[in-house]
Amino acid sequence: MQLYILRRKNSIAFLGGFLIVLAFVSKIGFGNIDIFVWALIAASILGAAPIAIQAYQALKIKVVSIDVLVTVAVVGAFLINNYEEAAIVTFLFLFGAYLEQRTLNQTRSAIKELTEMAPENALKQRENGEFEEVEVDEVDVGDVLLVKTGARVPVDGTVLTGEGHVNEASITGESIPVGKKADSKVFAGTILENGTIQIAADRVGEDTTFGKIIELVEEAQDSKSEAERFIDRFSKYYTPAVLVLAFMVWFFSKNVELAITILVLGCPGALVIGVPVSNVAGIGNGARNGVLLKGSEVIHDFSRVHSVAFDKTGTLTMGNPKVADIEYYSQDTEKALGYLASIERESDHPLAKAVVEYIGDTRLHNVTSTNVVKGGGIIADIDGHRVAVGNVSLMEGENVHLDDKARDDIDRFEKRGNSLVLTSVDGELIILMGIRDQIRSGVKEDLSRLKALGVKNLMVLSGDNQGTVDLIAKELGLTEAHGHMLPEDKSAYIAQLQGKGQIVAFVGDGVNDSPSLALADIGIAMGGGTDVAIETSDVVLMNSDFSRLPHALGLTKATANNMFQNIFIAVGVVVLLLIGVFFSEWVNMSVGMLVHELSILAVIVNGMRLLRYRLKY
Amino acid sequence: MHKATIQLEGLSCPSCQQKIDKAVKSVNGVDKDSVKVLFNSGKVKLNFDSGVGSIEDIEKAITVQGYEVLKSQVKAI
Repeated sequence: MQLYILRRKNSIAFLGGFLIVLAFVSKIGFGNIDIFVWALIAASILGAAPIAIQAYQALKIKVVSIDVLVTVAVVGAFLINNYEEAAIVTFLFLFGAYLEQRTLNQTRSAIKELTEMAPENALKQRENGEFEEVEVDEVDVGDVLLVKTGARVPVDGTVLTGEGHVNEASITGESIPVGKKADSKVFAGTILENGTIQIAADRVGEDTTFGKIIELVEEAQDSKSEAERFIDRFSKYYTPAVLVLAFMVWFFSKNVELAITILVLGCPGALVIGVPVSNVAGIGNGARNGVLLKGSEVIHDFSRVHSVAFDKTGTLTMGNPKVADIEYYSQDTEKALGYLASIERESDHPLAKAVVEYIGDTRLHNVTSTNVVKGGGIIADIDGHRVAVGNVSLMEGENVHLDDKARDDIDRFEKRGNSLVLTSVDGELIILMGIRDQIRSGVKEDLSRLKALGVKNLMVLSGDNQGTVDLIAKELGLTEAHGHMLPEDKSAYIAQLQGKGQIVAFVGDGVNDSPSLALADIGIAMGGGTDVAIETSDVVLMNSDFSRLPHALGLTKATANNMFQNIFIAVGVVVLLLIGVFFSEWVNMSVGMLVHELSILAVIVNGMRLLRYRLKY
Repeated sequence: MHKATIQLEGLSCPSCQQKIDKAVKSVNGVDKDSVKVLFNSGKVKLNFDSGVGSIEDIEKAITVQGYEVLKSQVKAI
């Protein structure tokens, strides 16, 4: 019976509303006081039932909940024959709860979208080789799974057979499909857009990258700041205190009307709900935009940051060297590029990788013999030609003639911070390549956005030599540049800044930077998906997307502001009502309940604005 | 010991977190320190001794407070 009533709270609210309308229509329209009174009595009893049940159940476990306050107030109103107020208060309370539920679901929608991307089923191979659909919980490490076109990859795994393109937006935020073939890694929650693959499960359930992201976001949205913990403790004693206060007012003034009005006014609502609402909406916005914020403490700190320190390689720069400049000294470049690719694809030197990547698909030639010259490069025989690939001193050793133009080019390339790869065929220079680690595109604009958002110092801390670091700092307009730094030097420098009372954020790629990420007030990881980065940091930029950083900062500022506004609304409303009840005539129980519910809706709607937050410039 | 994760309908009222917390803790066999009520995700996480209490007892304690249980997961630990 109790459960039956509780489950129909919403219908009861609407029925109560209908009865109240009926009552007023019959009174004002037809002057029928009997129907008026009886409809209101029915509405109050109906509406009070679920509230009273909740109050009783709460008292049984020794919680003086808001339901208790409302129940006592309604009973009080009944005793002084004020059915009008009893009916309206119960209706507003139930209807308000219904609206709150609806709107709160809105603020949580962003995070819900994320968790709903979690795979639920998998096609698992049985011992007889057949595939059978099972729940994803039943998949163990080592199981062989079939993934068909359009399906979600259920676990982190390795492709055994088959080929296809996978949309990894749920992990990396990048929606351009990635090609997968045997031995490629695939991730849970990503979608196979075409093809069919069989995979071996490497990590399942909460251990998958996607599972970790979800857990992190779920914990983050419910993490509490110091202020919230205070509000929680406060509200625990606040509700019983209101009950006592109302009783004392009644005892000394014998004014039941006033006492029950205080009960209704004292309902804690907006104050308790305001901060969590801002929190969940802010974190939800981040999750939608490739920024994982680990909780409200992080939001609070990051919104007040003074200095942001960056790691260089992999953060400000791409982290993998690329061919940036190229010059040809012969018409027949096709063949020379083919030779170059044939030699370099055998090498695992980082520069060689950059070269192979730059050339891409080409006709490969048969390399008959190779000779590695230490500190110089490679000399090889291909199709009867002697091909040398390496630096300037290798070319000099090979007696390759470098004319004035070539020497000018070499000078120019070196000034831009390039490493050089020269290619000669039969003693003649054909190709000059300049390779360097390039600055991520858009970093300069992003940094100026950070400045506009109020960050005072932007600095680079790098293990690289001071010259390179200065070059980058100048190009990007950083305020400080420190080279020759070991990981422990970086964290020591951060500690020094903190000693001066600064709030410091550190942005790094997480692997060798974990001490600094952990020490900084806000550790921001460029999350290419490494677990260390995700775990030690406070903020994760998905897909290593640097351009999310200004959004992240702007969002935390907006969220922190929003929390402040909500606290202001909540406290302001209570103060106004209290002034109203003691110094004016217009605050009665119904008005109190109405304002109370409206203030709750106000903080929720205010929090919802954060879902649409975008950086303006 | 078993670990339970209970998914509730979305929580909205200000005092529900406190109520659910107390209600779950009042069930026999529940490890009181392990109870975590997540307001925004609408989840309750806890450990309990399946020899003393059952997941049904815990679910019941929550439903009588007026909150619908959507799904619960129990894992041995």
